[in-house]
Amino acid sequence: MAGETGATRATGTTGTTGTTGAAAQAAPGARLVSGPGLLLVWLYGVMSVGAVSRSVYQIATEYDRAPLAYTLSAIAAVVYAFITYTLFRGGEKARRAALVCCAAELVGVLTVGTWTLMDPSAFPDATVWSDYGMGYLFIPVLLPVTGMLWLRRARR
Amino acid sequence: MLDALTVAVSATALALAAWCGFAAFRDQPTKDWHFAGMAVVTLLALAQLVVGVVQLARGEKADEGTTIFVAYLVGAFAAVPAAGFLSLAERTRWGSATVAAGAVVLAVLEVRLHDIWGG
Repeated sequence: MAGETGATRATGTTGTTGTTGAAAQAAPGARLVSGPGLLLVWLYGVMSVGAVSRSVYQIATEYDRAPLAYTLSAIAAVVYAFITYTLFRGGEKARRAALVCCAAELVGVLTVGTWTLMDPSAFPDATVWSDYGMGYLFIPVLLPVTGMLWLRRARR
Repeated sequence: MLDALTVAVSATALALAAWCGFAAFRDQPTKDWHFAGMAVVTLLALAQLVVGVVQLARGEKADEGTTIFVAYLVGAFAAVPAAGFLSLAERTRWGSATVAAGAVVLAVLEVRLHDIWGG
């Protein structure tokens, strides 16, 4: 993991030795894993590992018990993994992609959270986003908001 | 599982979280002493991993299943070192904040481990 951050740092700093002015200008925005961004990546990484392993296990062993809940968990897992990847990758394109995914994530958390409260019978087992992510200390609902704030600030 | 060990890991993890949180609050990066603290917490988590696996090998069963139990043991072992490595690359207060967050994650994992084993 340290190697990956090192690589991101390296791509961020090579911008200063870049040939064109445009490349040098793009460089500061290229590093998303710095300052508060590191904490954000860490939390997204933890959520990815948690959600991915949880949904792989549930879908592999007991999918029939709560297909809807487990499918929604799997979608959440993919979103988390993708955002973690884009944050590590850095660059303007990745920043935009992460921003879109954070927005999608927020919509997902709010929709699934409301859905689980309105119609609990549809969910024999919890999803990652049940009750707005209460089982995960509400991190799922707080993370996309802070994520979007950070990604907006990282824009150059 | 070994309750004393679970309590010890949780307590040291929370202490580490407070310590690194304080460093972040004072605008300081993680220092050698913080890494010594992380090493202590990690060693305890490693001991827990070994004890857990030995107990499974002895034929004892975790309430919620062996796979989940082992996955949580490995996650608990990896949480603090992973955050520590990240903080090596980020020599600001945010490195400290990340380690603090990692230690909190470990404490939460300990609570779950306790449930999974069926305590």
